[in-house]
Amino acid sequence: MLSGLFPNVQWDKMWEATYDTLYMTIISTGATFILGLAIGILLFLTSPHQIWANKVANFITGSLVNIFRSIPFIVLIILLIPFTKFLLGTIRGVNAALPALIIGAAPFYARMVLIALREIDKGVIEAARSMGAKTSTIIWKVLIPESMPALLSGITVTAVTLVGYTAMAGIIGAGGLGNLAFIDGFQRSRDDVTLMATIVILIVVFVIQFIGDFITSKTDKR
Amino acid sequence: MIELKDISKIYQSKNGEITAVKNVNLSINKGEIFGIIGYSGAGKSTMIRLLNGLEKPTNGTVIVNGKQISSISGNELRNARQKISMIFQHFNLLWSRTVADNIAFPLEIAGITKNERSKRVKELIDLVGLSGRENAYPSQLSGGQKQRVGIARALANNPEVLLCDEATSALDPETTDSILELLLDINKRLGLTIVLITHEMHVIRKICNRVAVMEAGQVVEQGDVLQVFQNPQADITKNFVMQVSGTKESKESIEQILANYPTGKIVKLTFIGNKTEQPIISRLIKDFGVEVNIVHGNISQTTSGPYGTLIVQIDGDDVKVNQALHLLDQQEVQTEVIDHA
Repeated sequence: MLSGLFPNVQWDKMWEATYDTLYMTIISTGATFILGLAIGILLFLTSPHQIWANKVANFITGSLVNIFRSIPFIVLIILLIPFTKFLLGTIRGVNAALPALIIGAAPFYARMVLIALREIDKGVIEAARSMGAKTSTIIWKVLIPESMPALLSGITVTAVTLVGYTAMAGIIGAGGLGNLAFIDGFQRSRDDVTLMATIVILIVVFVIQFIGDFITSKTDKR
Repeated sequence: MIELKDISKIYQSKNGEITAVKNVNLSINKGEIFGIIGYSGAGKSTMIRLLNGLEKPTNGTVIVNGKQISSISGNELRNARQKISMIFQHFNLLWSRTVADNIAFPLEIAGITKNERSKRVKELIDLVGLSGRENAYPSQLSGGQKQRVGIARALANNPEVLLCDEATSALDPETTDSILELLLDINKRLGLTIVLITHEMHVIRKICNRVAVMEAGQVVEQGDVLQVFQNPQADITKNFVMQVSGTKESKESIEQILANYPTGKIVKLTFIGNKTEQPIISRLIKDFGVEVNIVHGNISQTTSGPYGTLIVQIDGDDVKVNQALHLLDQQEVQTEVIDHA
């Protein structure tokens, strides 16, 4: 029945593209989580009245985040071509998409991390300090666990955005469902391929959102 | 134990300098419960945070437990803080951790092994009366239970000093009393020095040995609790004493009586210790034939004995009334004639 509705869809190609999309999304989400968290924590700790309060460091980090957040993703990919080539020796394939995906998403996530950390009760940080906690202890045992639900719902939103980014990266040759929809669907006027690729992307997004919401609610003991 | 010398704390703000604490000298003895009372903005929050180095004084020195808190930093300060614990008005527990894990947190900071930690946590849970609730999350606890967790957490590393930052201000009166009793019990059993700040004279009366009254960053009065209650000097102290003696409410009735009986004298009697149990009023009536009308009466318990106030109207022959007042003076009962409310 499916082959009747989607006569031009080659399922092995569709699976391969899905795999590529998932691969790019998962790796870039993982790296964005770590990098965004680090930048977000740095932004938080250097902001006024915090442990590392430092106007210059805060301004520089904040500006870099804003600059990279403001560049449209498609432009960022092009700007990063020399960097990617230097790093990986190629600008084609799923791995070549990763630097742009991570650099595009990490500043976005860093802002969400900052918002999450600001929501932590100041008193809890003060309590940890009053017990003689080191800054590293405060980061690992107070900041991250106490903001975990917000960090997780933030990374869920970011992962969904990254699915969209992988589709854009696909257009310039990274592979994945976006690439399939553009090359096989749009350029060859096979609307059923484009439609099927869209459906698969939608399913991926729904699954990510469901898993994200589930884990978020599990960690929230408030 | 704790020594504050010429402490000032000045904050820089956009609108200029704000003096939070001004020329404060205090010394607190080992094993006592010392209260600092003041209205909000009096500088008491800053004061208590000077004691564990969360705030650094602009001028002066803070010595706690032999360490000069005002000048040490880094590891030395962090190690000192493990012996100067703090509990908070809003408890400041980690919502992401269970009761047991919250209490274990300072032990983790101190680098205690896992086995030792769980042993100590069990002891502490028993001490504060939370057995059976060790796996609950803070959100599942009542305010009083949360403060018990806070106290257990504060006691984890066997501190020398416990700082209480408005520890009962968010609790209802009954829970407040049970927490105060727990603090008193800990103070007696462990010989812990307790410094607390509050705006409730009730708290001071109930557990403190000595008290300092703060207003606009300065200590305006300090001394033994009973002495301050009996003979408050500063206006603000008188106000705080009224909070517990209930004389504030009687103001209206005094006005009423002053208006209705222009002849007699309204006298406020303050008793302390055993004097509260003497039959003074009946002696006044029998010996001098004056009329005594009770306007207001109150007795409160402090850690060093009972404290009572009685407001009476004494009416009759002028000479007799004066004789009666003279007798009261001789009884070591403090008398104060009120001629306006």
